[in-house]
Amino acid sequence: MHNQIDIFNTLDMIDRQHLDVRTVTMGISLLDCCHSDPKAACQRIYDKITTSAHRLVEVAEDISREFGIPIVNKRIAVTPIALVAGASDTADYVPFARALDRAAKATGVDFVGGFSALVHKGMTQADGRLVAAIPEALAVTDVVCASVNIGSTKAGINMDAVRLMGQTIQATAQRTADRDGFGCAKLVVFCNAVEDNPFMAGAFHGVGEAERVINVGVSGPGVVHHALKAVKGQPFDVVAETIKKTAFQVTRMGQLVAREASQRLGVPFGIVDLSLAPTPAVGDSVARILEEMGLEVCGTHGTTAALALLNDAVKKGGVMASSSVGGLSGAFIPVSEDEGMIAAARSGQLTLDKLEAMTCVCSVGLDMIAVPGDTSAATLSAIIADEAAIGMVNNKTTAVRIIPAPGKVVGDEVEFGGLLGCAPVMPCHQGSAQDFVDRGGRIPAPLHSLRN
Amino acid sequence: MMKAVVTVVGRDQVGIIAAVCTQLSQRNVNVLDISQTILQEYFTMMMVVDVAQATVPFAQLKEELEEGGSARGLDIHVQREDIFHAMHRI
Repeated sequence: MHNQIDIFNTLDMIDRQHLDVRTVTMGISLLDCCHSDPKAACQRIYDKITTSAHRLVEVAEDISREFGIPIVNKRIAVTPIALVAGASDTADYVPFARALDRAAKATGVDFVGGFSALVHKGMTQADGRLVAAIPEALAVTDVVCASVNIGSTKAGINMDAVRLMGQTIQATAQRTADRDGFGCAKLVVFCNAVEDNPFMAGAFHGVGEAERVINVGVSGPGVVHHALKAVKGQPFDVVAETIKKTAFQVTRMGQLVAREASQRLGVPFGIVDLSLAPTPAVGDSVARILEEMGLEVCGTHGTTAALALLNDAVKKGGVMASSSVGGLSGAFIPVSEDEGMIAAARSGQLTLDKLEAMTCVCSVGLDMIAVPGDTSAATLSAIIADEAAIGMVNNKTTAVRIIPAPGKVVGDEVEFGGLLGCAPVMPCHQGSAQDFVDRGGRIPAPLHSLRN
Repeated sequence: MMKAVVTVVGRDQVGIIAAVCTQLSQRNVNVLDISQTILQEYFTMMMVVDVAQATVPFAQLKEELEEGGSARGLDIHVQREDIFHAMHRI
């Protein structure tokens, strides 16, 4: 029989501490949608997505009601479109994005990810076409997310692609200038991208995956924060232990939802992603957890160590709670989506450099950061290169989702609304990296990539 | 058997248990366990019920109970038991 304290403890987590399942994401392979006629390929894509996921939203909402757990987003991840569109006789890939957008809207999901290309070692013609289509595709669609993998520990960093992505981010911001460069919020540049990530904007359905799969991303910074309030002043061993226990509970809930969704949809269960994903709501912030550990403000000295502990303890607690853990699995530090990060950035205490350091010890990277609109493409590329180097050398996923907000300068703010929140425009270094970026070629893989 | 947990929290008043149980019996939901206390004037109740033979779908039962609760100023939740099991048992 259940203990009354346990039951009210769970209710409290849901009602007051923002415990929720961030996303139930269905991965769908589109490899069988290839067709030499692009129109036929788009039709196949639309049909496959709508038939595979037509019950996804309904089932997720049923589960949410029955178990009393909010499921914030329902999403779809598809095979990187460059692999599918490559078979078609066309140089224009924007219609593929439109097909994804239509299909996602027909199923009622919040986002569809997979307008993607994997170019960490080299770029095919199709990859090039996809990247070229990104600015337009993100401007004319609403729920499509794009990602490009430009490096890996095994392959090194494709610096030609890095240069191209700096330009692409700039073009995407310009193309959506009327919405403060909103297109960039739907574009991620990865190093070591994972194939089963349920989180946006970087989700895609890897080629090593099954026909269809259900992946679940949990959330719960508020729950961890609340638990830590109870151990104020105690040593870090206690802090780590407390986070582990909380992460265990949060993940068990995610695992339950994943299993239930997989069963009801008749789609195999893939992974639970143990990421602590914040929202702009007060009480749902990763930054506030770090501050609870004793830092006056997130971004000050000590932040990296606090985040390292948090990230590790979340994994240790979560890994025992789920039969299959995957995706990104770590604490996220998206500036615009985290109330505490927004406050710290506004006050100038949280800088781009500190964020970069923090990404060495957590998932996933420089996320949802607004920089001045006149930031050069070369600077954006150099930021990507730095972040990719951290991922490559440390054998982890890193990413850049940065918004050069058109017409904005340091001190301004960019408002995206909803889960994407608002971001204070942060300063970049002024020294030029133009000649560095112009070199092109490839940064070789590190020595420890040679493991065989 | 499909177990669900009904929790009721609110200012204490006459007839809370009677009202909730009446609603449950009208929908053919069997009560398996009840525990209840008063915490600083707040009525706190937890019931384990079997909804397998309920005459209405789970979502409707939940809605009816929650509406009935809010009419009396009570916070009522109905959830499948599995969530508590998952979170508090290894």
